This record gives sequence, structure tokens and C-alpha cells, in this order.
Amino acid sequence: MNSLIWRLLRQHISIGQLAGFFAANLVGMLIVLLSLQFYTDIIPAFTAEDSFLKNTYIIVSKRVSAVSMFSNTSSLFSDDEIDEIREQPFTRSIGNFTASKYRIYASLSLNGASRIGTDMFFESVPDEFVDIDLDNWVYEEGDEEVPIILPRSYLALYNFGFAQSAQLPKLTEGIISMIQMDLRLRGSRERIELKGRIVGFSTRLNTILAPESFIRWSNQRLAPEQSTLPTRLIVEVNNPTDDNIARFMYDHDYELEDDTLDAGRTTYFLRIVAGIIMAVGLLISALSFYILMLSVFLLVQKNADKMENLLLIGYSPARVAMPYQTLTIGLNVVVLFIAFALLMWLRSYYLTMLQQMFPDLESGSIMPSLLAGLVLLLLVSLINVIAIRGKVQRIWRRKD
Amino acid sequence: MHTITLHHTLPNVFAARQNEIHSDIWLQDVMLERGRTYLIEAASGTGKSSLCSYLIGYRHDYAGIISFDGRDIRQLSISEWVELRQLSLSTMFQELRLFPELTAWENVQIKNTLTHTKTDADINRWFEALGIADKRNAKVGRMSFGQQQRVALMRALVQPFDFLLADEPISHLDDENGRIMGQLMTEEASRQGATIIITSIGKHIDLAYDETYRL
Repeated sequence: MNSLIWRLLRQHISIGQLAGFFAANLVGMLIVLLSLQFYTDIIPAFTAEDSFLKNTYIIVSKRVSAVSMFSNTSSLFSDDEIDEIREQPFTRSIGNFTASKYRIYASLSLNGASRIGTDMFFESVPDEFVDIDLDNWVYEEGDEEVPIILPRSYLALYNFGFAQSAQLPKLTEGIISMIQMDLRLRGSRERIELKGRIVGFSTRLNTILAPESFIRWSNQRLAPEQSTLPTRLIVEVNNPTDDNIARFMYDHDYELEDDTLDAGRTTYFLRIVAGIIMAVGLLISALSFYILMLSVFLLVQKNADKMENLLLIGYSPARVAMPYQTLTIGLNVVVLFIAFALLMWLRSYYLTMLQQMFPDLESGSIMPSLLAGLVLLLLVSLINVIAIRGKVQRIWRRKD
Repeated sequence: MHTITLHHTLPNVFAARQNEIHSDIWLQDVMLERGRTYLIEAASGTGKSSLCSYLIGYRHDYAGIISFDGRDIRQLSISEWVELRQLSLSTMFQELRLFPELTAWENVQIKNTLTHTKTDADINRWFEALGIADKRNAKVGRMSFGQQQRVALMRALVQPFDFLLADEPISHLDDENGRIMGQLMTEEASRQGATIIITSIGKHIDLAYDETYRL
């Protein structure tokens, strides 16, 4: 049946117009899907990265000046100064960075043979500021193993600087966390040998973090006579973008490590760019949709007498509308299908690039763009179907 | 469907000269019943095409009431009209309304595939009887009007119907072919117990009409 109807109603179909729609819609759809997919894939690099430190935490230190360079105490925060910050309206809670007061040598072996080692230090912040599974973040006296959080930049330094030149393998965060470090702690009276295990990486903390209980214990044991005043403070604030914070810090000659703002800005910027590109894609899609509707309306107009005859010999408007509805839905489905295939192909390219820049980036899900594509398809097809049915009913009512 | 009634019906275009209308149908109460055969004779300009358009639901520009089985046809929904056109009311249009880009055979099939009432053999037999078996696969657009009228009749017959409305069915046919068409129509109609309504502006099929109206 349908083949006869189709043979009648395909008369006057303009391949040029449909090809125009097809190309335009494909471009529009691809831009929409690509911008959405790229955004989904890249955004974890800027947001989900630092799970150890919330965005509402800021890190405060004293400015290093020519005077303080030679003084041991001027870069320390006194109790009064800490209280003053605690009393500020923007402060929710405050914690000290406590540094290790003894010497530490850490080494680890790669490939079983070549060992790399370095002098280093530890710092700690109160446990409630470290957002990590507490089972991993404990040290009790007598434990062989100390959990450590490293700055992520160290890993990048190793992967892109050292490993490259020394022909060592690049490491992912997953592999690193399986490697044990040998730690030698040297105080004024004794030495302790322990193992270190990296449990995480932080982008925001420019320090090597160990549990507070470990630092307290090791400082007491290895350097009991040293002062324990902090050089840096971690402050939980209500709103990190509050101007009062910057003003207060400036007035008191304190320094803020404000890379959180950078990540926040980057995310915001990315969101805007992705939004603009998506809007352009949607606009192209809308225009292509317009071409399709015009083309189909023209087709209906040219075949109106045939459609009227079909109606008069007993065909229902739904059945007369069906060929054109099927045509448009078919085109839309094919467009989505090809757009998605192209998307996957392009994605494989940029994912390789992204993986080089962010080795541990877990690529986002394809669900958002798949869903967006399907929603767009459904929406456009629905409007097509309704518009074509409306046209056929106008023919029934002899309005055209 | 058993009856078609026209109650004081008049095309809107005639409203101005209502007093000059002397017709057996316009402005009268007329009932057409199932199982009978009617001839409606008309002179040009008396509204024959309009009457046919009203009866098949194509136009509604009239005053008065036309009803099928007592139901005002202005109240019928689209789906009811579709059902009527498929199952109760068959039309052979004066202007034929065939599809010139399809063959004669396809023009009949396009209706038959909708209603599934006749076998290929039945239709082939009609082609033979009407003397256009050789035109089966010819495009309708290349056939003479008389040949097209025979195709249009076949298309009107491949459906169940209570009323068959044939608008000037043999205007371009010789007497012999007119007779064969009349025979096919009555065969089908009597088999289904259906009504035949034939309009004519002169030449008409020689049938045993139960009633003749002058429009």
C-alpha cells in the first residue's frame, strides 16, 4: 500500500533542499553534541580534581619579606593573630598547618633497581579539613605506614620532567598509590624508619600532607624542644569570593593561595564558551529545521491535489501525512546517527590529547550528549509530525 | 447506512434567487433509501456538482440539513467521514480524480489495498469486461477520458458501499460501454443491497430507475 502512496507523494521532492537540510542539521547537531561532550569530558579536570580540599577553604600565610627572610619567628602566626582571624565574620573555622620539625629523607625504588630519593618535610592540618575517607587517613603510634597526600604538580613534574629525561615510565595516580616509600626520620636524638604510602593528590595544597596525629607524635618524639606555632593557616570561609577576605589579608600583609579562584574562573569560562558554542549549534539546528519545514510545506503544497484525492477516496489524514512524517523522522534519525558517529570519532582524538595533559582524567560519560541528541531528535520530530498533520488537515478542510 | 435525507437544502450561491428555484431536490424534503436506484437529471448550473460535494463531505456551503440515517452530516468527525468513505459511501467523481502518474491497474489498487475487497482476478475480469485489458499497465495520464472513466468506475467498486454516487459516469462513453458499466454497477449494488445514485446532464445509463429527480 505504502509503496503506491509513496510513489504518488514523492513527486516534487527536492533532493537539493533535503540535502541542504541534511548538511545544515548535521553541522548543527554535531556542534551541539560536541560542545556538550567536550564540556562533560573536560570539566572534571577543573572541578572534581581536588576532593581533599573543599572550595570554601583558603590557605593563609605571611608574606615573605626581606626582613622576615632571616628571622625565624616573623613568618609564624601567633595565637593572637590566629584568634583575630577566627573572629572575622567571614571565618567559619580555622586550622593550623603544623610542620615537621625534624629531617626526613624519602626514597623509592623504580624498576626494582634505580632508587630516587630526596630530603623532604611533612605538614598537617586538622583532620576535619581533609576530605578523604578517614580509614585511609589515620596514624597511630607504632604503625609502620604513614598515609601521605602529595601536590599533584609533583606528579606532573616527575612525569613530564624527570621520567622523560631519565627514560623512566610515566606514572598514574593509581600506580603511585601502590608504591611504598621508605622514610627515614632524623631527630636530634634518634632515627625512625617508616614506610610512606601515597593516598591521594591535591592541586590546591602546595605541601606534603601527613595525618595530624602523626605529626604531633613525631614532633614530640624527634624534636620536643621546637616551637609549634604554624606558618600557614587553613581557613574555612562562608564565601571565598567575599571582598572582605582579600581586604583583611591585604591590610594584615597576609598572603592567600588563591588557585581555587583560578579553577573556579576556568570552570566558569568553560561553561560560558561551551554555552555559546552550544547556542550556535542550536541556532544552526533551528535554521536547518526551518529549511526542512519549508521544504516539506512546499512539497505538501505541490502535491495538495493528490493528497486531496487520497482523502476523498477514503484515506485518513493520518495515513496521508505518514509518508512525509516518516521521511522527516527518518532524516532526523539518520542525522543524529551520523552526528553521533562523528562525535565519537572526534572525541577519540581530543581524548588522546586530554589524556596527555591530564593523565588521570576520567573522561566524562557520553550519556549527557546522547540524551541531548535524543531529546533534540524527539522535539524536532514531534514538531515535524504535528506540523505535517496540521497541513494535511488544512487540505481536508480545504483551507489551502 | 440506510437513508440519506435532504431537508430544505439549498447551495449558498442560490440563496439570492431562492424564489426562482423549481427543483425536485433543492428546498424539498427528499429521502434516498438503501437498495434503490435513483437518477438525478440536471441542466448546467443547477448545482449538480455541489450536491455531490455535499454528499461526500467535501463541501458544506449549503443551507438546510443533509443527514445520514437521521444524523446531520455537519456533525460528522473526520474519522467518521473516513469510515464512511471506506465502507458506506462510494463515489465516482465527474472529474474522476485519478492519479495520472500511476497505471490504470495501480489506480484501482490504491483503493483496493485500503479496503481489501476484491481479488486481482476480480479486477482483471472487470478490465476484460470493460475492454481496457490492454491498458492495464498504461499510465492513466496517457489514456482517453472515456477509458479513464472506466478505471474510475472500477476504483469506485473496490469497496463495500451502501450508496454508490456516480456523477455523470458515461459522459464520454458509447452506448455499448455505457451498458456494460451499468451492468457492473447494478451487479455490485444488488449483491450488496446498495443504492445507486446517478447524475446526468443528458446522456444517462439505461437502468431500471426507481425514481428520477430533476435538479
